[in-house]
Amino acid sequence: MNEIFSNPVLAKALPEAIVETLQMVGISAFFTVLVGLPLGVFLHVSAPGGLRPMPVVNRIVSDIVVNITRSIPFAILMVALIPLARLLVGTSLGPVAASVSLSIGTIPFFARLVEACLRDVHHGKIDAAQVMGSTRMQVINKVMLPESLPALVAAATTTVVTLVGYSAMAGLVGGGGLGKLAYNYGFQRFDVTVMIVTIVLIIVLVQVIQLTGEWISRSLDHR
Amino acid sequence: MITVTDLRKVYRQGKKEVVALDGVSLSVPKGSIHGIIGHSGAGKSTLVRCLTLLDRPTSGSVNIDGTELSSVRDSEIRAARRRIGMVFQHANLMDSRTAAGNVAHPLELVKTPKDQIRARVAELLKLVGLEGFENAYPSQLSGGQRQRVGIARALASDPDVLLCDEPTSALDPATTDEILDLIQDLTRRLQLTVLIITHEMHVVKRVCGSVSLLAKGRVVEAGELADVAAELDSKLARALLPLPASEPIKGALQAGPVLEILFSGESAKEPVLTSVARHFDIDLNVLAGSVETLGGQQFGHLRVQLAENVDYDSVVGYLRDRGISAKVVDAAVVPSDPSDFASETPDFAAETGDLK
Repeated sequence: MNEIFSNPVLAKALPEAIVETLQMVGISAFFTVLVGLPLGVFLHVSAPGGLRPMPVVNRIVSDIVVNITRSIPFAILMVALIPLARLLVGTSLGPVAASVSLSIGTIPFFARLVEACLRDVHHGKIDAAQVMGSTRMQVINKVMLPESLPALVAAATTTVVTLVGYSAMAGLVGGGGLGKLAYNYGFQRFDVTVMIVTIVLIIVLVQVIQLTGEWISRSLDHR
Repeated sequence: MITVTDLRKVYRQGKKEVVALDGVSLSVPKGSIHGIIGHSGAGKSTLVRCLTLLDRPTSGSVNIDGTELSSVRDSEIRAARRRIGMVFQHANLMDSRTAAGNVAHPLELVKTPKDQIRARVAELLKLVGLEGFENAYPSQLSGGQRQRVGIARALASDPDVLLCDEPTSALDPATTDEILDLIQDLTRRLQLTVLIITHEMHVVKRVCGSVSLLAKGRVVEAGELADVAAELDSKLARALLPLPASEPIKGALQAGPVLEILFSGESAKEPVLTSVARHFDIDLNVLAGSVETLGGQQFGHLRVQLAENVDYDSVVGYLRDRGISAKVVDAAVVPSDPSDFASETPDFAAETGDLK
């Protein structure tokens, strides 16, 4: 215990690393949901047999954008997107810059999960809504999204947990945060205390996210 | 009043054409309940989808109180749909909405003011006997209560036509009767035009004034319940007044001809059998019988065996003179009637087999 508090690296760099990790996860989670949710809705609705079938556009978005992005290992995607980050936020260093590649890496993943959630909404409910005279937007906003909300929250939880893992990787190429701390001190300088503390902190962070997400999902579920 | 004229629906499956509806016509006056009965695969679901415009019919017309539904433009479909309230087999309620929220759903779609929605929802829930259940979620309600919410929701937009697709097929017998009685009561009070699609003969017997038998995408028999039940040879009569399989009774009588007799209305009040016995001075045995009140009329369907060497032609003639249908059946082969359209006799399966 004493070692943890007396460790100069931890005392100096840990608070900053925690903040950076939370920043990366927070910013990229926000943009992932902001873009991934509509993208998932689009993938579902435009699919053949969907609410508004658009076979060609659906194929293009589904195959090219989503599948290609998802098939590139994140470590490579992250490096490849450094120029884009520089273009968007003016620098390739720091948590904000890392959030660019983090978001782009997880948006397709989340969109696929959203698509699967919407597919699970019972078709009878969509029929019922259409027979009442709903517009397509009303079917999406008043049936598909509310009915799959518990599943969507669970999907978002999974995505944020994935983001925590990705953010540790992003730390290595300039993002900072706990990943960088663990690598620079725990790995490069053989500081076992730093390594253990960062691992424990990441485990705690994942646990908190997972439990909170599950609790929200459960409290929204009226089935 | 809903009138369906020569409705056809052809699906394309690759290069094959599947005729799901092959010229369906029917007409249901305001304030009455019409049953559409048939096996799965007979075209019931397609008919529902065409009536609600979830699918466009290939040809033919659907007309509600003078408004032609089949030709409305895409932009008018939503307004047209609001004239039809639909009740589903599994209610299809939104799990994320309370009972009140589900009933309010159709009203929210047309931006009804909040206080009006609240008043109307309370009124509708009271109408279906669910006062006090406003805040219950569907998962907290029984199957019958969920169906009541479904009915209230269907009525929210003040439709002219109530379309019920297998409304009781997922319910137990007692709840089935409660829901059917509710539908009947609402039909009278709100002067609705009701179509019930079902495979259960019980539903037709209990609430329908008229009935159509759908097979292979066609209406093969149709009419007022009392009229179709009075036709000895009609499939509907055999399903409405089913007789079990029976073997000729041995011993007491020597095996004579077996008669099937169907009496209805006025003739049902006459003591037919005893008058036959007296008139011809013969004995007869009842092998099977079914007596019911259908569409407000008494019906009886009997299978009797006469003693040998009776002139059965004159017995049949005597009965027909009194307005009673009768025919001689082969005593050796007396099959049971389908008590329900879910159970198939070979003759029935051939009739309604797979869609080509």
